[in-house]
Amino acid sequence: MIQRETLINWALFALLPATALIALWMDEPFIITLATKVAILALAGVGLNIALGLGGLVSLGHAAFFGIGGYAMGILASHAQSYAPLMQTPVLIEGTTSMPVIWLVAILASALAALAIGALSLRTTGVYFIMITLAFGQMLYYFAISWPAYGGEDGLSIYVRNGFPGLNTLDPIQFFAVAFVVLAAVLFFAGRLARAPFGLALAAARQNPERVETVGLAPYRLRLVAFVLSGAVTGLAGALFADLNRFVSPTMFSWQMSGEIMIFVILGGVGRLFGPVAGAALFILLEHVLGGLSDYWHVYLGGLLLLVVLFARGGMIGLAAGREVAHD
Amino acid sequence: MSLILLIEQVLNGLQFGVMLFLMAAGLTLIFGVMGLINLAHGSLYMVGAFAAAAVAGLTGSFVLALLASLIAAAAAGALVELLVIRRLYDRDHLDQVLATFALILMFSEGTRWVFGSFPLFLDIPAALAQPVSLPGGILYPAYRLLIIAIGLAIAVGLFQLIARTRIGIQIRAGEADREMIAALGVDISKLYTLVFALGAALAGLAGALVGAIQSVQVGMGEPVLILAFVVIVIGGIGSIKGALVGALLVGLTDTLGGVLLPPLFATFMEASSASSVGSSLASMSIYILMAAVLLYKPTGLFGSTT
Amino acid sequence: MTEPLLQIKHLRKAFGALVATDDVSLTLYPGEIHALIGPNGAGKSTLIKQIAGNLAPDAGEVWFEGRDVTPLSTVERARAGLGRTFQISSLAMDYTVLQNAVLGALGRRGTVWRFFRPVMRDADLRARAEAALHRVGLMDHAHKRTADLSHGQRRLLEVAVALTLNPHVFLMDEPMAGLGASGSKRLTGFLDDLRHEAPILLVEHDMDAVFALADRISVLVYGRIIATGTAEEIRADPLVREAYLGAEDAA
Repeated sequence: MIQRETLINWALFALLPATALIALWMDEPFIITLATKVAILALAGVGLNIALGLGGLVSLGHAAFFGIGGYAMGILASHAQSYAPLMQTPVLIEGTTSMPVIWLVAILASALAALAIGALSLRTTGVYFIMITLAFGQMLYYFAISWPAYGGEDGLSIYVRNGFPGLNTLDPIQFFAVAFVVLAAVLFFAGRLARAPFGLALAAARQNPERVETVGLAPYRLRLVAFVLSGAVTGLAGALFADLNRFVSPTMFSWQMSGEIMIFVILGGVGRLFGPVAGAALFILLEHVLGGLSDYWHVYLGGLLLLVVLFARGGMIGLAAGREVAHD
Repeated sequence: MSLILLIEQVLNGLQFGVMLFLMAAGLTLIFGVMGLINLAHGSLYMVGAFAAAAVAGLTGSFVLALLASLIAAAAAGALVELLVIRRLYDRDHLDQVLATFALILMFSEGTRWVFGSFPLFLDIPAALAQPVSLPGGILYPAYRLLIIAIGLAIAVGLFQLIARTRIGIQIRAGEADREMIAALGVDISKLYTLVFALGAALAGLAGALVGAIQSVQVGMGEPVLILAFVVIVIGGIGSIKGALVGALLVGLTDTLGGVLLPPLFATFMEASSASSVGSSLASMSIYILMAAVLLYKPTGLFGSTT
Repeated sequence: MTEPLLQIKHLRKAFGALVATDDVSLTLYPGEIHALIGPNGAGKSTLIKQIAGNLAPDAGEVWFEGRDVTPLSTVERARAGLGRTFQISSLAMDYTVLQNAVLGALGRRGTVWRFFRPVMRDADLRARAEAALHRVGLMDHAHKRTADLSHGQRRLLEVAVALTLNPHVFLMDEPMAGLGASGSKRLTGFLDDLRHEAPILLVEHDMDAVFALADRISVLVYGRIIATGTAEEIRADPLVREAYLGAEDAA
């Protein structure tokens, strides 16, 4: 028997490319771009969900990785744009406009940052962890503002979208396809991760760290690896987001960004694989519906979020699919 | 660098630290007594600043403006506690984070709605606008000295409140054991509202005092809130003493780092890159301080280890 | 005489003025059940925590299989072969019974860095987990959510998870609590056999079980061991009668 949640997940997932295709048919490139944005922001949420949903790590600093991914794209592409190498000694490193290379750099750089931030932050738990991740995110924000080499406060503009072999990425539907396939691949990986030995141990450490220690597994290491994976995925989303806008700025590092990524996860339903997809879609939808009604749509967003937290803890997927059931 | 400049910067650091203390004290009290992490504390800071700016604009009185900041922030705090916050005490930290994040969105956009997006200005009263000369021939703005004095006076007052008064005993009892305090016959929900309003009033006052130096605008509270978190992480959650020490450390590090690091780097680097490396590092200095404290003592300097 | 598998040497732990563990020395030999009894507040749980590595002693050493494990963490001691069950059930409550047992089997295997293959389809892990559940009689409940188990069933699951670890020594903190008369009797029979797989340091309040099972009994009162001996010796010991059984009668 197919579970109701699975059904909802697939429906949601199909809705995204369907929207993009209908928009293509109706010749509405702006809607394709919105669908692309949903896919990319959902990806950032899927990243956070590895730490938050599976590991129970309430990170309020994931904008750090989103921003690092964005700047990985911005820095590499701006060097390629100006034909000035990134580094000449000891080895020559040049900029690039190749998406796969940029993605790899974004993943590695954000994973490395997550390793450093996680190693420190995970020495603590609970409220300390929340405050510390928030603080490290803010640290990178101020660093990006005060570092003049790559635009400082103004950010960096990239004039041409980076390339993917065999595709014209400037065509909205083709870039959507790229983002969507990346999202699908990461969702597949995240789904497997949750059911793999690592996922079992990590989620057990969320429920009861003492139990995990008693069977001889160290929660700290499990959480650190989860945090690194989580940061890497969010970093990848950052690179794609920068490519979507052809622009990076310190706001990608801001605490509001961290909060928004968390909202995607929560609106959809914490720990639900497709939660971030539902959450990001709803967020973008609200931004455009409410944003059209009032300049101050964040008031309504805040009210909605408050209602979800106080009265609908499973998020949208929770409302639609009912309480999660334990199964092997 | 001259000694006079250095002393001036130390005073600036103190002034900054004292303001952070007003924020951090409320946060740490609220966490200590109710176990709640309140992201919307920065919004209360903003409410205080806007109330002060509005009243000063209407009446021209700075004293009334400060009074208004206290009352408005305390009232907003009490209202929010009654409507939302008290539903969160027995929730996990994630729910608390999200709900108070939602409150930030509502406060910020609501304020923008009422007051518009342009910053307001709160003028320093004429009597305090002149610099005063300190021993050693240092000229220092009187208003900033007043801030330091108010902050230290409040710190002393808070310590007395906690150590000596009935409320203080209840607060300490509440930190130690929530069930015991209920058993003692204390009306716990009233105490919680009171503590929350007290924390809010301190934040509002800080907002008004700083608002006269900087500008009063939407979003002014959150950077200060995050710095207050750094203060608490350094000082240890729940400890007022830790909040004071942490706040002064952060205030001094931030101010002196910005002044001292660029020239320090200039001693061994070429001038333009020294200033960029120095200022970038200075912007990170307090976080590096926080990381160092974490390595040394994960529960903060004055936090309990168990 | 053979070497003890587990040896506690002059352990001491104080919380402020309260000395919770006062110069405690204990041994556990292969094949035996060594029971630790004492009135509430005698410091049994504090002692177990120090042996398992959750709490650092102020002084003294814990030796396990001929080496000093005092500086090792809980995780390292578990890996070395110390299998512990908790007084208050400490399980992953959202998981099914089988998932909890598979978690134990995974800990026993030691390599958790597998990110792709579904763990519940790992035949080895599953077999080990199911065998353990079978032994404690929980196989019928394998697919139940742990939070939905009765109190007694959770205790059995604790024991089952410890079994999956194949430990060299069992450290059991009140496994009988909440089991009821028949369950208690059944577990007593089970532990009686289990001692031949690995010796058991057993903290227990159920005196029938203790006197039926224990090769040796140590009595802990106010953090001190006042007597160690066979069941007969302990029954006859005047100090024990006064300090422990007397207190029990009064209560």
